[in-house]
Amino acid sequence: MDLTYTAEEEEFRARLRDWLGTVLPKLPPRPDPLDWPGRRAYDTGWQRLLYDAGYADVHWDASPTQRLIFLEETERAGAPYVGANFVGLLHAGPTIAAEGTEEQRARWLPGVLSGDEVWCQGFSEPDAGSDLASLRTRAVRDGDAYVVTGSKIWTSHAEVADWCELLVRTDPDAPKHRGISWLAMPMTSPGITVRPLRTLAGSTEFAEMFLDEVRVPVGNRVGAENDGWRVTMVTLSFERGTAFVGEVVACRRTLGELARAARENGSWDDPVIRRRLGRLAAEFAALWRLTQWNVSEAQASGGVPGVGGSVFKLQYSHARQELYDMAAEVLGPDALDLGQEWNVDRLSSLSYTIAAGTSQIQRNIVAERILGLPKGR
Amino acid sequence: MDFRLTEDQKALRAGVRELLARRFDRDALRAAVDAGGTLDRALWRELGAAGFFALRLPEEAGGVGLGLPEAVLLFEEAGRALLPGPLIATHLAAGEVPGAAEGEVVVTARDGALVEWLDAADVVLGETGEAVPVRSVDPLTPLHRVPSAAGTAVSVAPRAGAAALLSAAEQLGSASATTDMAVAYAKDRIQFGQAIGGFQAVKHLCAGMLVRTELARAAVYAAAVTADPVEIAGAKLLADEAAVRGARDCLQVHGGMGFTWEADVHLHLKRAWVRAERWMPAAAAEEAVAAAL
Ligand SMILES: Cc1cc2nc3c(=O)[nH]c(=O)nc-3n(C[C@H](O)[C@H](O)[C@H](O)COP(=O)(O)OP(=O)(O)OC[C@H]3O[C@@H](n4cnc5c(N)ncnc54)[C@H](O)[C@@H]3O)c2cc1C
Repeated sequence: MDLTYTAEEEEFRARLRDWLGTVLPKLPPRPDPLDWPGRRAYDTGWQRLLYDAGYADVHWDASPTQRLIFLEETERAGAPYVGANFVGLLHAGPTIAAEGTEEQRARWLPGVLSGDEVWCQGFSEPDAGSDLASLRTRAVRDGDAYVVTGSKIWTSHAEVADWCELLVRTDPDAPKHRGISWLAMPMTSPGITVRPLRTLAGSTEFAEMFLDEVRVPVGNRVGAENDGWRVTMVTLSFERGTAFVGEVVACRRTLGELARAARENGSWDDPVIRRRLGRLAAEFAALWRLTQWNVSEAQASGGVPGVGGSVFKLQYSHARQELYDMAAEVLGPDALDLGQEWNVDRLSSLSYTIAAGTSQIQRNIVAERILGLPKGR
Repeated sequence: MDFRLTEDQKALRAGVRELLARRFDRDALRAAVDAGGTLDRALWRELGAAGFFALRLPEEAGGVGLGLPEAVLLFEEAGRALLPGPLIATHLAAGEVPGAAEGEVVVTARDGALVEWLDAADVVLGETGEAVPVRSVDPLTPLHRVPSAAGTAVSVAPRAGAAALLSAAEQLGSASATTDMAVAYAKDRIQFGQAIGGFQAVKHLCAGMLVRTELARAAVYAAAVTADPVEIAGAKLLADEAAVRGARDCLQVHGGMGFTWEADVHLHLKRAWVRAERWMPAAAAEEAVAAAL
């Protein structure tokens, strides 16, 4: 049990901290949350700065500990979140790095790292959410292309994406997990219609996507034909295992702000509120320690995060919702004012127990894959 | 940074687990329950000989020279096995009360209004003047209650943190044991033609137990490394919760069997309740963490 960082890691941290100190004050003001082209430009602009300074590849090439330090320092400094390109940086990129050919890595990774190319995730379908393997979007081989027809839903940031990590059914006769393939689809291909959906927070965060005979080159398939489910598990392990890590730091900062607000408006004097904030702080501190534990395990076992990510995701998603419910309690009547960022964040936090696999599904995973309980019928 | 256990730490944990399996297995536990809270002096001396109490004393002082992280592993195993006795008070007294380190002398200490194992102890730390016996909820933890007038609570300052941490480690062991028990039972017990662990309602109870246990583990181990008082308070809070809720859920998974004296679940629950009330109960822990916000 060693929580000290090596001299090398500390040096990395110090250099990063210096760099953040010089570059953050020069960033342009943040765009309006509803201005999607503006958000893309802002987020990818930030990614470009990271790229030019040599920090882009911390997203998957660096050691897990360096990545942890990166997330810790960027969050602490209040740097922008990965934002529009979270799919590219946090799971499509790592998947291609782990499963793609040399050529595919060379084709896609630079664009992800530099922020020039934004990715989205086309996994879910109207009839295939938790039961992802029942997806029906068809891909039929025609020469050197797949012809893809079907529809996807809840595709985050589809409006501004250049590429889509797309799951398709390439063998309708195989058992449902066996006939799936993982494709990189250019979002400019003819036959794609994106229709934005409005979230309960009022933004068009995600979209429906209709695919009508979209031609995707066979060379864009990552992994073997019909072996897409295995590749998908790699993607999901990144999505659940590492994609939320930086947010824990952010939540701890938010909790500090909440305590300050409570002291200012007097609700801190209520021992019930004070004690619940204390409990929540203990939970987030422990979640950070759990992250360090998971990272140590991943570092020792060679990179791809394990199912420990599900343990983390379960606890984290509920704690995050509790945090914003506490914020509402502290704010009192102000909790009804959408002009306050707290309240918009409260609405957004409602998705955490659903997106990237619902809490019920995570509990199944913990019970079946970690505890070895029998699979349900 | 590498937060995982070192090989030495794993070996230490395995050694203690092996010692307890040999000297305090389930039969011994049930015999201790039947004996109604009398302390096994021979076992106490064996623990002493194995370094249980002297673990953190420097080698020059006849100790083992290890630190809090190792002590936490020891107490986790003690919690898993439901090892009875004023383990924490004696461990903390090693080096100060002659004979404690060797397990020759049993030391207990008052904490708040409660003192455990008062009649069995050779040395009592803190003012216990008018202490009156309580019919303890835990058959393996005799308790006395000290009227509030009798002096202030002791052992607070430098050692309260260590006591809370070691108590949290015991809770962690208990939480881990009840999770294992629930999972084993869920794989074994057949209803409606299948193992009950295949039912999602049961499965999700078990998953929740593991999540709380692992969260507590991360908190307890980290607090042992940093010895930070706020982290210790948080660890105690989460470990109390993991142990108490874990035992309750384990009881639920066992159905009617869980409600019997025969099953060990109630022993875990009752001990968890006692520990949760001692060495920094929830209210104090929450206030301590909140104060640092
Ligand atoms: C903000 C947001 C962004 C998203 N972004 C993307 C994206 O970019 N790309 C993408 O592909 N998808 C995305 N998703 C989709 C997300 O992965 C799915 O919503 C999620 O997996 C749940 O699927 P569903 O919505 O179809 O719900 P359903 O599967 O219909 O579930 C409905 C309810 O039934 C429960 N349930 C279902 N099956 C079981 C079971 N076996 N046991 C117990 N309970 C069960 C669920 O837990 C849930 O409570 C996003 C979702 C959200 C909310």
